[in-house]
Amino acid sequence: MAIWESIPEQFQMVLIILAQVLAVTIVVTLCVAYLTLAERKVIGYIQNRIGPNRVGPKGLLQPFADVIKLLLKEVVVPSSANRFLFVIAPLLSITPALAAWAVMPLFPGFTLANINAGLLYVLALTSLGVYGVILAGWASNSKYAFLGAMRSAAQIVAYEIAMGFALVAVVMASGSLNLGEIVEAQAGGAGLLNWFWLPLFPLFVVYFISGVAETNRAPFDVAEGESEIVAGFHVEYSGVTFAIFFLAEYANMILISALTAVFFLGGWLSPFQGLFGEDSVLGAPGLFWFALKTAFFLFCFLWFRATFPRYRYDQIMRLGWKIFIPVTIVWIFVLGAMIAFQVPPWFA
Amino acid sequence: MEILFYVFATVLVGAAIGVITARNPVHSVLYLVLAFFNSAVLWLLLEAEFLAIVLVLVYVGAVMVLFLFVVMMLDVNVESVKSGFTRYAPVGVLVMVIIAVELAQVIWVRHMGLRGVGELTPMPADYNNTRELGLLLYTEYFYAFELAAVILLVAIVAAISLTMRRRPGLKAQDIARQVGVRREDRVKLVKMDAEERQ
Repeated sequence: MAIWESIPEQFQMVLIILAQVLAVTIVVTLCVAYLTLAERKVIGYIQNRIGPNRVGPKGLLQPFADVIKLLLKEVVVPSSANRFLFVIAPLLSITPALAAWAVMPLFPGFTLANINAGLLYVLALTSLGVYGVILAGWASNSKYAFLGAMRSAAQIVAYEIAMGFALVAVVMASGSLNLGEIVEAQAGGAGLLNWFWLPLFPLFVVYFISGVAETNRAPFDVAEGESEIVAGFHVEYSGVTFAIFFLAEYANMILISALTAVFFLGGWLSPFQGLFGEDSVLGAPGLFWFALKTAFFLFCFLWFRATFPRYRYDQIMRLGWKIFIPVTIVWIFVLGAMIAFQVPPWFA
Repeated sequence: MEILFYVFATVLVGAAIGVITARNPVHSVLYLVLAFFNSAVLWLLLEAEFLAIVLVLVYVGAVMVLFLFVVMMLDVNVESVKSGFTRYAPVGVLVMVIIAVELAQVIWVRHMGLRGVGELTPMPADYNNTRELGLLLYTEYFYAFELAAVILLVAIVAAISLTMRRRPGLKAQDIARQVGVRREDRVKLVKMDAEERQ
């Protein structure tokens, strides 16, 4: 304690913030590692097999084995590839996915950076993820990688608009751009009926599906499309650089799941808020509920991958531009009417 | 604060020079992205968070992605573009002089009887930049705002109508026809008697 007191006050603050940032980042990274294991296990059981069960008890050390294996492998840079961009592209795809956690309301009263324009910050950062994919495709100097990058760029630009419109409605409903205030705007006696998924149901669906498309996950994974373009944008990547792309995809999945939970399922609010009261174990808001909701959406990601065949490319574009965007625009008008007539319990 | 400003301003100027000197158009676009980022940080230092984030969201997140897309697809030959340099040099010099004069006038604006920006006062932590901007835009500058919106709408309609052309001989799926297909159109069940065993 004496050492701590001797540090000047400004440095104490910097150290505390640094510790918080490290704690959140390490937890998220661990979640990413175990999500890769969860994916193999869940899809394994869906396909009536066991999945990895050899490394450690019940296969729990499998992610570490994978990481060590990938770290020890050689990084091959293709001839006449752009070295600098080739190496920096995976970093560009994982950084936004981790940086967005800065504004995430984890439990009541805790956000790393409680900024007013938090929602805009998240939108700006998620729109940066596409650079990693495009640059990887271009810098690899490979046809397949380039095709994958082009597909991914067009797809992400299309679905970002639908996502943005869905978030416009969230902002209208909550009257705030601050993620913590958006969560609090969903609190109320009706518990889970008070959350925004009900009045914004079409947008909730559109947002989550667009999120799946943004992360290039099945059934929208044409950027990788192994049956058509081998592995798409990361076909030339190996070793650590491949590992980072791999982790970025899972970090993005966790981010989208957490954001959907915050925007539409009331973040850290308990679904039994009105039933048991805020003081009881089940009624109290907390990190547990936030994690549970995020885990539910993550399971949906894995479930989709094991269930749906890949979309055809022109159908992806049609879904994004001709179905999702009109639906969101119409629902913004419906929501405007709901707010104007003060429909209870959300807008009373 | 001042050190931060000079760091980011230096990177900004360096990136801007990179945009026009880079030989590869893709590198130029990436330098421009870096320039946008640094100007966003400068705006953040001025406590204009909303504008800073929107700059990254709109320009870096959307416009520059489309730029990259086009530049990568077109495979621009820089050498052929540069060959007309001496021919266009006089026009370039003229534009440069005009911009320099304008910049000088902005710097000396207080000598021309115009009111410059006064001392900037830092706002408290709970000050909501976005809310203030929204209130101003939707009350005082309402007509200007709506006008800008209508102009943008016209631009969107014009851009879409320019691309709405049917090329003959294009092999594209007609989605409406695909979706409208019924089983009877494709499958024909033929009933026939079983053949006798040989």
